[in-house]
Amino acid sequence: MNILSILVIIPLLTLLALFVSRNQRYVRTVAVAGFGLQLLCAVAVAVQFLRLRAVSDEAMLLFSDMVWYAPFNIHYTVGVDGISVLMILLSAVVAFAGVFSSWNMERDFFAWYSLLSIGVFGYFISLDLFAMFMFYEIALIPMFLLIGVWGTGRKEYAATKLTLMLMGGSAFLLTGILGIYFTSGATTMNIMEIAQAGNIPMNHQYWIFCLTFIGFGVLGAMFPFHTWSPDGHASAPTSVSMLHAGVLMKLGGYGCFRVAIFLMPQAAHELSWIFLILTGIGVVYGAYGAVVQTDLKYMNAYSSVSHCGLVLFAILMLNQTAMTGAVLQMLSHGLMTALFFSLIGMIYGRTHTRDIREMGGMMRIMPFASVCYVIAGFASLGLPGFSGFVAEMTIFIGSFEHADLFRRVLTILATTTIVVTAVYILRTVGKVFYGEVQNPDHLKLDDAHWYERLSAVALIACIVAIGVWPSAVQGILYDSFAPVVEHLNIF
Amino acid sequence: MDLSNFMMMYQELGLLVVFVVLLLFDICAGETRGMRWFRPVAIVLFALHTAAGFFCPVPAGEAFGGMYVSNPLTVLMKNVLNLGVLVVFLQAGAWLHGKETAIREGEYYVITLATLLGMYLMISAGNFMLLYIGIELASLPTACLAAYNKYKAKSAEAGAKYILMSTLASGVMMFGLSYLYGAMGTMYFADMRPLVTADWMTLLGFCFFFAGLAFKISLVPFHMWAPDVYEGAPTATTAYLSVVSKAAGCFALLLTLHHVFGNIAQVWYYILWVITVLTIVVGNIFAIRQQDIKRFFAYSSISQAGYIMLGVLHGTEMGLSAVIYYVLVYLFSNMAAFGVIASVENRTGRTDIAAYNGFYKSNPRLALVMMLAVFSLAGIPPLGGFFSKFFIFASAAAEGDYVLVFIALVNTIISLYYYLRIVKAMFINAPEGGIGERIRTDGYNCVSLVGCTAGILLAGILSGLYGYIGSVGF
Repeated sequence: MNILSILVIIPLLTLLALFVSRNQRYVRTVAVAGFGLQLLCAVAVAVQFLRLRAVSDEAMLLFSDMVWYAPFNIHYTVGVDGISVLMILLSAVVAFAGVFSSWNMERDFFAWYSLLSIGVFGYFISLDLFAMFMFYEIALIPMFLLIGVWGTGRKEYAATKLTLMLMGGSAFLLTGILGIYFTSGATTMNIMEIAQAGNIPMNHQYWIFCLTFIGFGVLGAMFPFHTWSPDGHASAPTSVSMLHAGVLMKLGGYGCFRVAIFLMPQAAHELSWIFLILTGIGVVYGAYGAVVQTDLKYMNAYSSVSHCGLVLFAILMLNQTAMTGAVLQMLSHGLMTALFFSLIGMIYGRTHTRDIREMGGMMRIMPFASVCYVIAGFASLGLPGFSGFVAEMTIFIGSFEHADLFRRVLTILATTTIVVTAVYILRTVGKVFYGEVQNPDHLKLDDAHWYERLSAVALIACIVAIGVWPSAVQGILYDSFAPVVEHLNIF
Repeated sequence: MDLSNFMMMYQELGLLVVFVVLLLFDICAGETRGMRWFRPVAIVLFALHTAAGFFCPVPAGEAFGGMYVSNPLTVLMKNVLNLGVLVVFLQAGAWLHGKETAIREGEYYVITLATLLGMYLMISAGNFMLLYIGIELASLPTACLAAYNKYKAKSAEAGAKYILMSTLASGVMMFGLSYLYGAMGTMYFADMRPLVTADWMTLLGFCFFFAGLAFKISLVPFHMWAPDVYEGAPTATTAYLSVVSKAAGCFALLLTLHHVFGNIAQVWYYILWVITVLTIVVGNIFAIRQQDIKRFFAYSSISQAGYIMLGVLHGTEMGLSAVIYYVLVYLFSNMAAFGVIASVENRTGRTDIAAYNGFYKSNPRLALVMMLAVFSLAGIPPLGGFFSKFFIFASAAAEGDYVLVFIALVNTIISLYYYLRIVKAMFINAPEGGIGERIRTDGYNCVSLVGCTAGILLAGILSGLYGYIGSVGF
């Protein structure tokens, strides 16, 4: 069996094993074993991929194909390039860390969590439009119950809003996918083959590009479709926020790139300015939105809107440097946000408040969590040595490569958010971690447990690894963008 | 005329045999202890009949001078209806054993089979007269089924409503048929097909005829009867109306559109386009605020009928297989939901959505089945409903009808909202006001629920089912 399919089968087996699990101990063991195995499998995929990359110059490696619905040319086609491998690694790390951050959750929680993972991994390995879309939706729907049942605050409102907005995006998407299939001659659903044929008529490309980009953009928190994000992330339980902000939002960016831009390059070239403006607004707006938040989760959610906006912004620049930066940013943001949410979860679990005004002096109360938070903050504001710096640097250099005024102005506007990020991060760090202790009851609280530490340390290790050794990422990426950029340069 | 004409009708004849045997059984057994065996006998006989439909080949061809048509397509359609009726029988038992209905238990099965025979004739008709007789036979006894709980005012009201509306509809239809006959001088499908032109008399006749069928499928604006009847009728009848009766109407419409009115496709396309959009939108919007779960499913099934019309609209082969597949998956999903509703109603007598608050805590298995059912209806992967929706949208998109596909897709989001209401009640809401007790389902109903759940889970992932349906053309 193809090693990529195992990535889908492991969470499925975990799900089944959870159904027969009776007590909490057993549930934990199954979850840790399942997601640990998944992480190992993801690493194995990366190793295997690098080994094959050295000898092969195929666009997609570990390729495997199986006919599913012949009348519609629907296949179960899997294959990975450097981008998907990195996304798979990211998902595996965050999902694994998420298990430890939700240590005390019950069986059903982990069951839905596994279902969500099936969707995420299936999405990243699929090369068939139908299968990709199917996995995309599988990843979305468990969110409703994960937030609705185990969330906090206005959880029902947030869960419904999030589900409906994301599914609304997929309504755009499905129309677009049907458009792609039928206007390209209804002969294949395989992304690589459609791209190679490149025969979607220009008049159709315009509307299909808009529909698919918006469809995926909703999940990528593109302005003005980002409003599900703050409410959703704030209400979700810790590990769900981690997985959602860390991984699920990347599904959006990845899809924009893999489907919208890759299959409709001419339209992308001509219409990118519209979406550049929208994402540009998102980047700036998200950052300013974060400044005025008083709830830690809301602050982080707005910051996510800003950072994820930057991913789409970079992809739309349509050149190799910026796109590499986009992938780096996806990784960096995924790890960093997951870390943020896991730490906020730790703090909230003890203090039962996320309000910045009600906290202070945390560095004395829970030093481990506080130090981790400061590290995450530094990564977020782009301090050299952490992943954020590498990513944002690459993006801005790539964007500035364009000689036209429009893109340069937008780039300059986007760079200003670095400063704004510094404002809200440093202010929070100063207030919450170094300020006066606001509530004497907090002094009795304990620091992170071992499982929480494990989750945080794993994420920090990855953030630092990317920060000090970005060439490793580059090595995996190699020339994954070459076919796309070549494709784009024809016009 | 020789015996081979009858061989073509062996599904009808088989059904007739089951019908007669059960009728005699009911009469002979009376109120003796023998009635204990009625239900197993009825189910086994009908299951054998259903299996025969799948496994015994039927000779294709025309019988009685083109009055009756048999081909693999009609056999497949009848098999789908058989499955639906089988599930209804499995689910109806617990309710029929109740104090008020036990004495008339046998009649329920017999009447249902009579309507099924009518539906067979609708599908196999090669002449409008036979089609009309089929529709009458399928409609009139259905009113008895709706009014079966005769001590409940609502059920009686449902029966009265149904019979008034359905006779009105068939009157209108008959009127339309008289126009068609006036325009073409024949009632045989094969003779009419080349004569159909877009003159006003034919169009008028078509519109009246279509209105009659649209009533059965409950398309907007001919849907008014559905919510009241669905709410008042016994749950087994509601399930029957929402799945089997509706499917038969869709099949008959599909066949007549293709076999008779193919020449004026560009005309009825616009009529149906508007009706489809209206059906989807109205069904969805009205479903949002329903508090009674049976009424809720009435509106939901109206909008589902709208989605089915997406495949009917273009009259293509792709649309045909998509429609049959859609109906089959819809059958599994809706029947699973009604199986749960019936169990809850039998035990507690409640049909309000609030009864399902905290349902997952008290009845985890039933809640999971219900969740799978509504998610399948909403089109969530990897359940069957996702695949059936995809295929039906693809069949419309293949003809370039992207606007309609987009409207329908936006509406699936609205529908998701109200389907999530059920899921929210079961999984998220506090159990206040819910039933809170453990509900036991009898063995038959369990079989139906397991069967439907397996259908929901596997219909899409295993592509064989669609392959089987796709191999049958017009």
